[in-house]
Amino acid sequence: MSKFVRQILPFVSLILIVCLLSALVPDKFLSIDNWLNVLRRSSVNGIIAVGMTAIIITGGIDLSVGSMLAVSGMVGAITMISLGDINPVTSELHITTTAMIIGTLSGTIAGVLCGFLNGILITSLNLPPFIVTLGTMSSLRGIAYVMNDGQPYNVPEYSFLGNGTIVGIPISVIIVTVIVLLAAFILRYTRFGRNVYAIGSNSQAAFHAGINVKRNLTIVYTLTGLVVGIASMIATSRTVSAQPTAGISLELDIIAAVVIGGASLSGGRGTIIGTIIGTLLISFLRNGCTLVGISTNVQLIVIGAIIVVAVAVDQMARKRAAGADA
Amino acid sequence: MSGSENCEYNLRMEGISKSFGPVQALKDVTFKVRPATVHALCGENGAGKSTLMKTLSGVHIPDSGNIYVRGQKQDIKSPKDAIDAGIAMIYQELDMAEDLTVAENVFLGAEPEGMIPGTISWKAMNESTAALASSYGFDMIKPEARVSDLSTGDCQIVEILKALHKNASILVMDEPTSSLSEAESLRLFEVVRQLRKKGLSIIYISHRLEEVVDLADDISVLRDGSVVYGDTAVNLDISLIVQHMVGREIKDFFPERRATIGEVCLQLDSISADNGVKDISFEVRRGEIVGMAGLVGAGRTEVAQVIFGIQKPNGGTMSINGKPLDIRSPHDAIENKIALLTEDRKRTGLCLELSCCWNITLPNLEKMGMKTIVRPKRESQVVRKNTDSIRIKYSSLDAPADSLSGGNQQKLLIARWLMSDPDLLVVDEPTRGVDVGAKREIYVLLNQMAEEGRAILFISSELPELFGVTDRILVMRRGRIVGNLKTSETTPDEVMHLAAVENEVYS
Repeated sequence: MSKFVRQILPFVSLILIVCLLSALVPDKFLSIDNWLNVLRRSSVNGIIAVGMTAIIITGGIDLSVGSMLAVSGMVGAITMISLGDINPVTSELHITTTAMIIGTLSGTIAGVLCGFLNGILITSLNLPPFIVTLGTMSSLRGIAYVMNDGQPYNVPEYSFLGNGTIVGIPISVIIVTVIVLLAAFILRYTRFGRNVYAIGSNSQAAFHAGINVKRNLTIVYTLTGLVVGIASMIATSRTVSAQPTAGISLELDIIAAVVIGGASLSGGRGTIIGTIIGTLLISFLRNGCTLVGISTNVQLIVIGAIIVVAVAVDQMARKRAAGADA
Repeated sequence: MSGSENCEYNLRMEGISKSFGPVQALKDVTFKVRPATVHALCGENGAGKSTLMKTLSGVHIPDSGNIYVRGQKQDIKSPKDAIDAGIAMIYQELDMAEDLTVAENVFLGAEPEGMIPGTISWKAMNESTAALASSYGFDMIKPEARVSDLSTGDCQIVEILKALHKNASILVMDEPTSSLSEAESLRLFEVVRQLRKKGLSIIYISHRLEEVVDLADDISVLRDGSVVYGDTAVNLDISLIVQHMVGREIKDFFPERRATIGEVCLQLDSISADNGVKDISFEVRRGEIVGMAGLVGAGRTEVAQVIFGIQKPNGGTMSINGKPLDIRSPHDAIENKIALLTEDRKRTGLCLELSCCWNITLPNLEKMGMKTIVRPKRESQVVRKNTDSIRIKYSSLDAPADSLSGGNQQKLLIARWLMSDPDLLVVDEPTRGVDVGAKREIYVLLNQMAEEGRAILFISSELPELFGVTDRILVMRRGRIVGNLKTSETTPDEVMHLAAVENEVYS
């Protein structure tokens, strides 16, 4: 019973926030535009949070997602620019569709490589993920700055991924939906997903049950790199520029979303649906604060408090469940 | 033995009852401990031993009943109240600040003040720790030693010192020898006797009934939350205690061996490895249960690690079913139809948060035709069909593994490896921390697996079960095999002698 309560708690909180905002600022909040805007803004975080969920289920953490986002975006953008046509008369840059496609792919691949680097460092050097990704967080951010001397790359025509729609639905929302469904399926219905939970619950036991722990962990970090790469191209497209400052302190929002969604930082526990609810919760909260007129500075305070409360409530529910079993 | 009239008992717990929801864990329990005695508390897992001790230590508050220490009624509502009343618990898992010294641990939270207020007088702390230790004859403990550098046995003595420092008069020891070597256990028994001589009451909980019979002055046996025996230990032997514990006579505690011994299954030829295994040669045949005896640290688990692909051998050859065996990981071992039930089910066996079903299928999904995609419905059907005979008590297959008792967790792991359909099953201390009833079930299961033509290598520190279950016994000492004996032609004395000779009792 209380396990059930624990699982639906984030969802109930989400509903409550939506109801509260509908009551407080109905005209602004309940418009379709606003909702699409929230969803579009959640999409980058949502995609990354999917990868982070898998990592946290293994008992690990990835602090470098924000820096990976910046590097991948920069790589994608520089590729597009260098493949673009320059008008000989006006010397204006025109990014062809081919350049966009290749740029998008190379940005995504950059993400994959960053993730793979994390995975290899963690498994081959046997270092804690916290330390490795703390290191790559700094180094990758440095690379993003070095690439264009701290300046962003502008890719003026690259707006389809971030701002385009198909039958009125933002492309980014479609992408996040596909990734979420795929990831939920993988975690729930594949042997790889099962291994992810087993490693997080007890990596020693998983090893003794014949699971190749190192290979599975490397795959998890690499796949996270993949989704960060995809997210980076959406983020680049939304602002039609790749910013070396993109995603600073993003990892905290992502980890918060995953934890609010019920995952345990000690591993073995967590779901994609929980993470998505956690992501939406934070997004609606941000949106609501803005609509009600609370400054972004105060929003930080609110989000922080919510994280602590969410984890505290979760712990209490767990303790009660354990007490009932004893 | 008894002092004044009201001090006839150091501890009296009277009419203790405790329920958790609908489950009554303790029913009107009366438990009395005389001063200067060792009082053993026996019972199967779930009989209420730990609940009773938790009411004594203030973790649980009883629904009814009274606790008296030296005739004084105590109102124990928290662990602190228990400590103040002179009750100390030495748990199975020791609970110490590992990076601090012995003296710092003993004085933790009550460090003596130095010349300058707010500072600690290290000198006073070390000196009084040394004095305390030597007054009980624990001279081997150095106050300045770092706890993380101590052996498990020494850590236990530090725990005892902590308790003595807090003026404990009642010491509860829960499975104190479960992680000790033979020599360390013997030394602990001396310590216990020493404490008794100094007038302490020791409540001693152990699954090892040999120890209980050896040490205890009095015995209380709990069954289903009630005391079924509570008197002196003088007239009790192991079989009587077991009878009280299970409430019936256990005849034929060990199952009859009917397996026919067939071809050679596992063969090791001069295997050596970096983990201390030296020049190991032996074979295990199909249908055969081969025991492996030896002291803790003799290299038995290390041999299992080599066979299961955890440790690479650096010399010698292995074969299974006549086929050379070259394995680099547990995964390779499992593919070669080898299974290993590890000695520590919590650390290397189970994923405790995950469901029983997931724990059983963890190494078996590939074999079940679910190499990539898992079909949960079919998964649980197959598990149900294959594990029916094992009778694991769980509320459902989806319940997390940590909701099971120790014995059932062990059966869960046996079910896992049974499902992997191994030719060779290596079991490392399979009955450790498991109650008597479950022990027998495990023997029966292993016997059945042998009858099905599987080869079984049975590592155990308990000689009775090695003699009850195996066909042959290998004795290990310092990484080598020093004896390969037919079980029917040897004696526990001979095995013990081979295992321990040349081995200093304590250094």
